[in-house]
Amino acid sequence: MKEFLDMGGYAAFVWPAYLVTLTVVVLNIVWARRALARSRAEARRRLDVRGERP
Amino acid sequence: MTWTWFHRLASPPYVYGLAARLTPWFAWPAALLIVAGLWGGLVLAPPDYQQGDGFRIIYVHAPSAWMSLMVYTTMAVAAAVGLIWRIKVAHAVAASCAPIGASFTFAALVTGALWGEPMWGTYWEWDPRLTSELVLLFLYLGYMGLRAGIDDTQRADRASALLAVVGVVNVPIIHYSVTWWNSLHQAPSVMRLGKPTISAAMLLPLLMMLLGFTLYFVAVLLVRLRSEVLARERTASWIREAVSA
Repeated sequence: MKEFLDMGGYAAFVWPAYLVTLTVVVLNIVWARRALARSRAEARRRLDVRGERP
Repeated sequence: MTWTWFHRLASPPYVYGLAARLTPWFAWPAALLIVAGLWGGLVLAPPDYQQGDGFRIIYVHAPSAWMSLMVYTTMAVAAAVGLIWRIKVAHAVAASCAPIGASFTFAALVTGALWGEPMWGTYWEWDPRLTSELVLLFLYLGYMGLRAGIDDTQRADRASALLAVVGVVNVPIIHYSVTWWNSLHQAPSVMRLGKPTISAAMLLPLLMMLLGFTLYFVAVLLVRLRSEVLARERTASWIREAVSA
């Protein structure tokens, strides 16, 4: 395990590279879902204002 | 040949429902491929004969770089379709691409720098490949800035689409930069004519990561697309059903 984490001496480069990429992967999911939730809330609010929501 | 599928794809309520149904079909295979690719790349693939375990950065760097170019190309094509046929959904696709592409261009630059330091002895060099990739990041940011600066969605769509289409010339420049000019960066070893110049045990996890990231992109794009479609349809009656669930 220690050998794996050491990455043949390249740990200081390999792990940050993976961390940055996986962070971007996760953030994109979070941002996309948040954007959709915002748009849905906004659409609901518009319908409420016009008294159209059942 | 019938064009009904094309017309249906231009219909916001149809696209909104279709995107919601399709998302898991892309998300789950993407997750499986990425986990398998990580396992193959970090554990199963042998160390490189020159770069040792340092070469394993390829499994996050190459997919990020692939995303940066593939997403931009998708964005430019969608923008062109939106401009030519005035299809709102196409503009919504283009707008959805930008933040995804920008963030992966950032990841490609950072992981590239982290690979460059141990192998080339520098995090950054004003080299053709690196510089053109940085220009790509600025194109994405410019596109997003332009959209954010225009309140009217229709005008934002058209102005930003023009920028996206013009900026697409940068995509082949990035790809061929390593063959047209002297570059620190290596030439393509997978996306080239003829056989890949990388061994199968190293290549397979890389292909899984590339495919996994591509499917992941479609899944994230579909979620963003629904958001963009909703934002463009201010008064349509189908929205009532779409948001009441």
